[in-house]
Amino acid sequence: MSLRSPLGKVLGMGSAKDGTGHWWAQRVSAVALIPLTLWFMFSLLALPALDYATVRAWLSFPWSGFLAVLLVAVLTYHSYLGTTEVIEDYVHSAGMKLLSLLLLRFLYVLVGGASIFAILRVAFGS
Amino acid sequence: MPARARPTSPHLEIYRWQIGNSLSILHRLTGIALALGLPALAYWLVSLAGGEQSYAAAAKVFAGPGGLVILVGWTFAFLYHLLNGIRHLFWDVGFGFERTQRHASGWFAVLGALGLTLGVWASLWHFARL
Repeated sequence: MSLRSPLGKVLGMGSAKDGTGHWWAQRVSAVALIPLTLWFMFSLLALPALDYATVRAWLSFPWSGFLAVLLVAVLTYHSYLGTTEVIEDYVHSAGMKLLSLLLLRFLYVLVGGASIFAILRVAFGS
Repeated sequence: MPARARPTSPHLEIYRWQIGNSLSILHRLTGIALALGLPALAYWLVSLAGGEQSYAAAAKVFAGPGGLVILVGWTFAFLYHLLNGIRHLFWDVGFGFERTQRHASGWFAVLGALGLTLGVWASLWHFARL
């Protein structure tokens, strides 16, 4: 005899009410980051120099700007998922956990938003 | 507190230190290090958008001795997290669980990341792009 309710069985969300959502999002973003991060690394390595004019000209190409925005967005999301897990593992008091998770989320939106806005400024030349 | 110490179940410290748990811990540590790198990436992008002077100021920070050491560290952290992450993805779809495969892929991730880090910085050095 199972102690799980029929509804709980169908939803398959477990006691955390989240199911495999966090785990799955981490894998999907990880797979997306393989080509995105490799593109970023090899693009920088392929530049003849890393001075202002060269880097700015490179990021001004539509493809570079587009992929850089995707990279920063997915990177921020993946990193947010990972550090959230670290806090959930090691911060035990309920108040501190809520506070640090809240602070972490705000910081990620701030850093990710600033990066994307900077790329758009370069892309649109303002 | 009880009057005398109660018996407790053995915890992590009774296990022998080995490659599996070391690499798992290193994966989390490099992940945290890379998270700390995101503000640096944002700083670099914002300085690029800000113009020639702000970019030069940022480049000075990154090209300083402390900056270079941290950048090399982030390069290794990224490459290790990438290779070991791919190792984890293979496990997720059910491949590579045998003892010899686990050890081989683990060493591949560590040594591959070290080698590629050297390669990246040798190429930056060689072409004097810094």
